[in-house]
Amino acid sequence: MLHIKNLHASIEDNKILKGINLEVRPGEVHAIMGPNGSGKSTLSSVIAGREEYEVTEGSIEFLNEDLLSLSPEERAHAGIFLSFQYPVEIPGVSLTNFIKTSMNETRKAKGLEPYPAKDLLKKMRDCLELLEMDKGFLSRSLNEGFSGGEKKRNEIFQMALLEPKLAILDETDSGLDIDALRIVASGVNKLRSPKNSFVLITHYQRLLNYIEPDYVHVLFNGKIVRSGGKELAHELESKGYDWIKQELAEV
Amino acid sequence: MSVELLADKLSSSFIVFENELNGETKTDLHRIRRESMAHFEKRGFPSIRQEDWKYTSLKPILKHDYKVFHKGDQALDFSDIKKFFIHDIDTYKIVFVNGVYSSWLSETTHQGYDICTFSAALRRHRDVTNQYFSKAADNTSAMVALNTAFAQEGAYIRMSKGMSAVKPVEIIHFTTEEAGSLLNQPRNLIVLEEGSEVQIIERHQSLGSKPVLTNSVSEIFVHANASLELYRVQNDADTASIINHTSIQQHRDSRVRTAVFSLGGKLMRNDLNIAFLGENAEAYLDGLTLLDDGQHADHHTRVDHRVPHCNSFEMYKGIYDGNSKGVFNGQIMVRPHAQKTNAFQQNNNIILGEKASVDTKPQLEIFADDVKCSHGCTVGQLDDEALFYLRSRGIPEHEAKALLLYAIGDEVIGKVRLKELRNRLHKLMAKKLNVDFQMEI
Repeated sequence: MLHIKNLHASIEDNKILKGINLEVRPGEVHAIMGPNGSGKSTLSSVIAGREEYEVTEGSIEFLNEDLLSLSPEERAHAGIFLSFQYPVEIPGVSLTNFIKTSMNETRKAKGLEPYPAKDLLKKMRDCLELLEMDKGFLSRSLNEGFSGGEKKRNEIFQMALLEPKLAILDETDSGLDIDALRIVASGVNKLRSPKNSFVLITHYQRLLNYIEPDYVHVLFNGKIVRSGGKELAHELESKGYDWIKQELAEV
Repeated sequence: MSVELLADKLSSSFIVFENELNGETKTDLHRIRRESMAHFEKRGFPSIRQEDWKYTSLKPILKHDYKVFHKGDQALDFSDIKKFFIHDIDTYKIVFVNGVYSSWLSETTHQGYDICTFSAALRRHRDVTNQYFSKAADNTSAMVALNTAFAQEGAYIRMSKGMSAVKPVEIIHFTTEEAGSLLNQPRNLIVLEEGSEVQIIERHQSLGSKPVLTNSVSEIFVHANASLELYRVQNDADTASIINHTSIQQHRDSRVRTAVFSLGGKLMRNDLNIAFLGENAEAYLDGLTLLDDGQHADHHTRVDHRVPHCNSFEMYKGIYDGNSKGVFNGQIMVRPHAQKTNAFQQNNNIILGEKASVDTKPQLEIFADDVKCSHGCTVGQLDDEALFYLRSRGIPEHEAKALLLYAIGDEVIGKVRLKELRNRLHKLMAKKLNVDFQMEI
């Protein structure tokens, strides 16, 4: 589904990613862990198409298409979804109108008619329930005045509605209390299927207690330095990132 | 034609105008006209050397050979101009075609209150016109003086004590292709007696392709506990320009809401002066400017807190594309004994076009010490983070920008208290932003 080959990316002449290789197949859940500044968020930004990052080498293919030649909206239409680490507050745009525009533009790109309003409303209500969100959210301005937990839940709410093929969750667990984490995780788990995949970007192992990954990768200094099963996450949790740094230094 | 030649033409036109007035020339009213003409002749047209006109040059619009006198009875078919009215609700209508009142297109009343023309008021209610004419407008302004000199037609609204208008009033000025280049100088007199209420919508619409210049003056008197809503829709042809002066006097416990939507036209200059003469009065001054290539809008507002315990809230937003130019000058004066004043002013601008520009200047003069006043001016661009967020959710760049701009516009449009007008403005805005989605925010 997603093939990343030797990806190098920089921002304002700072090299952040220095040769990432990653393959995600349908139905898989990958966790990418690493210390602060290792390039985790850069990787998610580059996949989603943030224009400030320059890809200097390598390629990303998504469903056999060259992802890097697509605009952010075309990537979304192709089935990529990024749950933002810091969702943006947009005053004056209600969540309902935002969702409606987002879903109908995605349908338009696929040559489909707009969603019937009634069906869309029902879908929104179902997803609200899944995320244990109040109906009042729908008429509020997008993320404006939302608490940290509400913002993250709103991201997963949008993900549930848009049903992406590949969802990248960028530090969705950070700043969440235990209840919010449980709700977010159960939302993600309900959306897991053999057809769609997830990339969880996280600093801590905590989220992985709730969403069990198939693979864990450790990102350090712009490269994936170690890959393994879920047990790697436990190892990192007990030994800390210094363990990896030390090993690398020895090599 | 040069600016000087146009001024000369106006001087000789004034003599012609006087000759047609017969006995009228001995009246107080005409004395004011004559003094005003003298003042205009002394001052001449405003130039960018004057502080008030520093950023708005009238030169490009004063080079045309405008007709000063109007020939009436240009027939217009209502079905052709229906779209310029809020036609989904019943309204009073004061309609002018090429500067001449059209009884055919209008719907006026004298039942309980007067909604008719200024010329009719001069004939039938001379006591009222004598009491109010030229008492609020700033006659030191050359453009106001010019309007005063030729004042004879416009809208006249007089709400009697305790009366609420049963429906909104629409004032619309049409100019047609056949009329050629026209200088239109409407004079509105609006009096709300104690405890009365009215909603007014005003627009000027050129239907032709010739240059049209409107120099409009409105004098508005809002007496104790009366309530006025005044909405201006400026979405004229790109050959039409307007210089629009409004002076409002507010007495105790009165409420005024004004909003101006500057969406189209070559040049739009709006002077809005509000003076609080009685305590506990409140005014909202709102504006939304959305301009494209070749358009210019200049908003000059002046709120004069002369007495204690009054509130003014001002919010002007602007979006400038292409090489358009915007000006905002907001003066707030709080006089020494006007304690417990609340005066807030906000002017936010988004620059879209590489060659677009805006000059914004808050001007607070506060001479009382127990007041709450604030102002904030911003000039910026659309938030890249917000744009990326929307695009990452599958909303194309053009629509994403429109969505963010729409949200800015709705902060002003949303305050309009007439649903049908609000809907109309939403549609106008979507059309200007070239998007087909209709939001019900």
